[in-house]
Amino acid sequence: MKPMINVTDLSVSFSGDDGKVTALDNISFSIPEGKTVCLVGESGCGKSVTAKALLRILDNHAAIESGSIEYQRASGDQLDLAQGPAKAKHIRAIQGNEISMIYQEPMTSLSPLYTIGNQIVEVLRWHTNLSKEEAKFQAIEMLRLVGIPSAADRFDSYTFELSGGMRQRAMIAMALICNPRLLIADEPTTALDVTTQAIILDLMRDLQKTRNMSMLFITHDLGVVADIADEVVIMYLGNVVEQGPVEQILTNPQHPYTKGLLASLPHTDGKRRARLNAIPGVVPSLQNRPKGCPFQERCDHFVTGLCNEKLPELTAISGVQSVRCHGFGAQAELVPLHASTSQVDDCLHVPNPVDRTAAPILELQNVSKHFPIRSGFFNRQTGTVRSLNDVSLNIWRGETLGLVGESGCGKSTLGQTIIGLHKATTGKVVFRPNEEDVELTGKTDSQLRPYWADIRMVFQDPNSSLNPRMAVYDIIAEVLRVGQELKSSKDIEHRVLEVLDKIGFSKEFLKRYPHAFSGGQRQRIGIARALAPYPKVIIADEAVSALDVSVQAQILNLLKDLQEELNLTYLFISHDLSVVAHISDRVAVMYAGRIVELAETETIFNASRHPYTEALMSAILEPVPNAHADDTRIRLEGNVPDPANLPKGCPFAPRCRYATSICESSDPSLGEISTDHLLACHHPDVVQNTPVDQLEAMAG
Amino acid sequence: MSATDFAGAPTSSRAYEGQWRLMWRRFRKHKLGMLGGIITLLIYLIAVFVEFLAPHDPNDFSVRNTYAPPQSIHWLLETKDGKVFQPHVLGYRSKIDYNSGRRTFVEDPRRVVKLGFFVKGKPYNLFGFIPAERRLFGPVKKRDRMFLLGADRLGRDVLSRTIHGTRVSMTIGLVGVALSLVLGVLIGGLSGYFGGWVDTVTQRVVEFLQSLPSIPLWIGLAAAIPPDTPPLQTYLLITVILSIIGWTGLARVVRGKFISLKSEDFVKAARLDGCSVPRVLVGHMVPSFISHIIAVVTLAIPGMIVAETSLSFLGIGLRQPVVSWGVLLQEAQNIRSIANAPWLFWPGVMVVIAVLALNFFGDGLRDAADPYSK
Amino acid sequence: MGMFVVKRVLLMIPTLLAISLVAFLVITLPPGDYIDRLVLEASLDGDYITAAEAEGLRKIYGLDKSVLAQYFDWVWKMVVHGDLGRSFSYELPVEELIWDRLGMTTLLSICSMVFIWTVAIPVGIFSAVRKYSLGDYVATFLGFIGLAVPNFLLALVLMYVSFRYFGQNVGGLFSPDYVNAPWSFARVGDLMAHIWIPMIVLGTAGTASVIRTIRANLLDELHRPYVVTARAKGMPEHWVLTKYPVRHALNPFVSSLNELFVQIVSGSTIVSIVLGLQTTGPLLFDALRQEDMYLAAALIMFLSFLTVIGTLFSDILLAWLDPRIRRQFNNGGL
Repeated sequence: MKPMINVTDLSVSFSGDDGKVTALDNISFSIPEGKTVCLVGESGCGKSVTAKALLRILDNHAAIESGSIEYQRASGDQLDLAQGPAKAKHIRAIQGNEISMIYQEPMTSLSPLYTIGNQIVEVLRWHTNLSKEEAKFQAIEMLRLVGIPSAADRFDSYTFELSGGMRQRAMIAMALICNPRLLIADEPTTALDVTTQAIILDLMRDLQKTRNMSMLFITHDLGVVADIADEVVIMYLGNVVEQGPVEQILTNPQHPYTKGLLASLPHTDGKRRARLNAIPGVVPSLQNRPKGCPFQERCDHFVTGLCNEKLPELTAISGVQSVRCHGFGAQAELVPLHASTSQVDDCLHVPNPVDRTAAPILELQNVSKHFPIRSGFFNRQTGTVRSLNDVSLNIWRGETLGLVGESGCGKSTLGQTIIGLHKATTGKVVFRPNEEDVELTGKTDSQLRPYWADIRMVFQDPNSSLNPRMAVYDIIAEVLRVGQELKSSKDIEHRVLEVLDKIGFSKEFLKRYPHAFSGGQRQRIGIARALAPYPKVIIADEAVSALDVSVQAQILNLLKDLQEELNLTYLFISHDLSVVAHISDRVAVMYAGRIVELAETETIFNASRHPYTEALMSAILEPVPNAHADDTRIRLEGNVPDPANLPKGCPFAPRCRYATSICESSDPSLGEISTDHLLACHHPDVVQNTPVDQLEAMAG
Repeated sequence: MSATDFAGAPTSSRAYEGQWRLMWRRFRKHKLGMLGGIITLLIYLIAVFVEFLAPHDPNDFSVRNTYAPPQSIHWLLETKDGKVFQPHVLGYRSKIDYNSGRRTFVEDPRRVVKLGFFVKGKPYNLFGFIPAERRLFGPVKKRDRMFLLGADRLGRDVLSRTIHGTRVSMTIGLVGVALSLVLGVLIGGLSGYFGGWVDTVTQRVVEFLQSLPSIPLWIGLAAAIPPDTPPLQTYLLITVILSIIGWTGLARVVRGKFISLKSEDFVKAARLDGCSVPRVLVGHMVPSFISHIIAVVTLAIPGMIVAETSLSFLGIGLRQPVVSWGVLLQEAQNIRSIANAPWLFWPGVMVVIAVLALNFFGDGLRDAADPYSK
Repeated sequence: MGMFVVKRVLLMIPTLLAISLVAFLVITLPPGDYIDRLVLEASLDGDYITAAEAEGLRKIYGLDKSVLAQYFDWVWKMVVHGDLGRSFSYELPVEELIWDRLGMTTLLSICSMVFIWTVAIPVGIFSAVRKYSLGDYVATFLGFIGLAVPNFLLALVLMYVSFRYFGQNVGGLFSPDYVNAPWSFARVGDLMAHIWIPMIVLGTAGTASVIRTIRANLLDELHRPYVVTARAKGMPEHWVLTKYPVRHALNPFVSSLNELFVQIVSGSTIVSIVLGLQTTGPLLFDALRQEDMYLAAALIMFLSFLTVIGTLFSDILLAWLDPRIRRQFNNGGL
């Protein structure tokens, strides 16, 4: 059977100030009818450009240079979408009608000035002859179909009145309203919480099956790929480097890049202490595209004179899988691909011994943080945002405590309150850098300054956390210059060089400015800044969340190395469960500004007892095909409660499938159910089948 | 952590360039901005060296030349040795038409006024204190007059007066903006830094002042300056009046920048580095918005210049004997005089050129102010 | 929406009081008062007013009290009796002098505003959509010129051109025959024939700045993701543009309308003086020079009221156009 879409040798270029650069370099792939094809790669690999080229909605500076996009219409007619002007009538007849698209950020991709109903009906009215009433009726039906409750009312809602998940559903409704034959989805779940992501993926899979629709699904997340793909196309720097069925690609990858991507992923299973086998370096910018194989600079199997001279052909290695690598083509014998050259480094990290009988280095006692809401002409206080509620927590010297939860649960506020960027409303934070107890709460900035050398912070976004106007040396040295520890500028310089060496930078980078570095390198500088005074504790707030997987793996390895070397204590805040599983000794789960469960990492991931933790774990997508085939997974509907308007009783009760009347009336407190396992739930036995009181016996 | 980790990192010289170098790179690309910058610079140079550049004293009058039209420069002079290169203008023979009361001027080929560079003219004090008598160019003979841009009601040289007007008009913009800037940065900065009720009150005051029509208010305030006030005091009072509303715009910009910067991670990081409040401000925040402030200030100068010109034009700003473009344009207030002597518009042309140049310059600066945005 | 308007109107009251105070204080700033002026003028005429007579006059005019007492008297009479005081120089109640003039100022300002919209919005949109085209360059160039030429200078140049080449005087809002005539269709027609010159003079700077704002806003909006979404729906480009980015670009423009209106009302003062229009400008100017305090104070106050009302209208318009503002209001904000 002929595939519905057949892309052949498609090239797209960008024109900018520095001339033309190639964004897509002769890519070819096809989308069969009724199947899902995943486009996978790190940022800057040309995934979105491919999608936009298919739908002919490229930005003004981008142009299709050559190649064809053969599209087989339902009638059997062939149409080359790459031909003709982008705004031609025959292209417009297909856009939004036969091929439609959804995007990563529904908030910015939908207009806030029109109701979602208006924006959905509009598509229908352009492509059909339906009357206003009929169109509205169909739109409401579609909203209902994508799972929007009280769809008729939501028809008149604006985007900003909906939650993230609901907005994405509205977007899907808009894309599906004309029954398209192909849906292009550009990272549709990346901006969502894991629990919402799971629901949206289910929805999309169902819709695709029931409507026998094709999907081109763009993602960087191999877990999502395993969940939804039939076919996978791996892209690197505007080239297709490997493609094939999902089982083949995930279990038997051939291209070094595909292998590297898979090896970079942190695992939630027993191998979690292993060093990640990260791909070195970053995706080069389009201007710096090397001659020959695009992946050569980061490849372990690089062969001089071949890989840097000639672009390998896309070679079929089985009936269904093909690879673009010299290790497979005519000159395969020159490339020792199978001789294991890579430093497959299965050695486990030896964690520093943690003495939990000693006094903890950080002790939080009933910490709360409430922000006033002010409004009106005179700025009166009209409400309270309860971001943190009664949080108690111990962190011991040398351990990593992971802090997880959906966005808006108060993770970042907790980190900033501990260090004193926010002043706690009530409660105590006790810090024990040395022997004495230091109470961090209730102190002014100037009183806190001496201790800020011992407790440091790494921020999420390396673009905004480094002052672009300061050279790397000044960024790292600032804390030493204002600090008490080192007096002479010589000592400071010596220390900066020492720290620089620890993060793997060479001396010559010191005079450069942040704009000269990639995201991962900037994050290293951020870590160096935190490290400079040789602190005892580092609070890492989503420190790897903005990075691509391969770079994320590099940074995670670095953090682990540093911890071993310097006996650091980490508070590691992240929404990414596998990253937390990989790096943490213990994990605290937050919900609505409180800790609902806290235990050893293994316990949290294998024997959690809170219904919320259970739901989070269930939403993890492992990059294993068919791993999620059974439909026993828990789907957490609804949203994190508004911290300005918390429900009475257990804040999770409205979403909890085990909730009883007591949950709605009384708020459970955090208590120890076994050694080192804290839980805030009225029903500690519902999640695991083992009753709590038998736990100790089993452990004994 | 091997060297290959840095594959793909840009290694051009740009990697070592700080914000000012990057801004300069960007500003150079802005052609109009460059042009505006050069013209602005030239105009301020004129303002500095007015006495040297003006061919005559601005107050030298000659009744014989009332409303004399502009003379054109002749390059070749007929002598007995044939034509030689000698720039000169021809003096006027004037006739009064007693019916209409108008003078008519005819070039008199016998009255040759030879021109030259670095000629000696009426003595003056450069910058007000260096005695000098050389002028850039003018009639070779001290007593001769030339009117390249014509003469006014009292036969004063419009060119010299326009050049002299540059100093007052251009500096009043600077002084007014400086005053507004001090007020704006102080009040806007405090408001943004402290927040809370301080911020609420200043915001209300700024909104209130901005909702008032400025010109009626200025006229009201300027009218309150007694006519016998000494020129320097009038000058200062006018800048104060202009700043009463002028600071609000700057305060708003400063406050906005301040608030957006305060929440930037790198400012939090500086705080956690242990920097004191002044060090966070001066070392980390000010470098990030100083360039924006420079751009906003540049764009605020033209408004001040126009405001001064307008007030002086109405006769309630600066007054004779002060020479500013607005004071000069007062001569053009009456339709009869401009119909007869359209060259009285020259100071107005200068206003337009100055305002245009400053606008271009400010636009270029604003575009270059954040070299890190795409 | 109704609540929004009511709340906004109520919030205007303190603003209006503050304006009346500012207006009054500005007027009482100059050293000396109207009586001093009378004394001076009398002495110039060779006449003579004794100090005692002057004091008597002060009492009659209420100028012997403190400034604040005078202010409260003034406001009290204004609020309770609608009495704005007497003009010293015209010897008439102020309210008889100003309403016509204020009406003309309002009319002129609104005409200029409409002129700016009809010219600037289409040109701005064109300029952004056809960025770097010949039309864009022409519009940008003219825009810069428009910004750089002060109102009064433009008025002078227009006067010069029409006097020099058409031999007529363009000043005034009416032909001499109609200046003091009662209102009629003919007078309205005469007004329309005259108002366009001040309207253009007054609107030029505003037009230039609006073109620039709309162009910049629209250029920003054209790259937003929702425009790509709209394009991917397969709608014709002109429809995509007008429904999405253009509409979005108009919102910040509407929110800055009040500033534009303030500028127009403010600028009309000088233009009216130069062109000799029968609006508030020349009346205010004379009143200030003659220290005719109640007249001047009333004029400054009502001109400010006018701009505050303009602000009110632009706020309401914005709330009507932008659902986000309405929601903010409903959530207790604003």
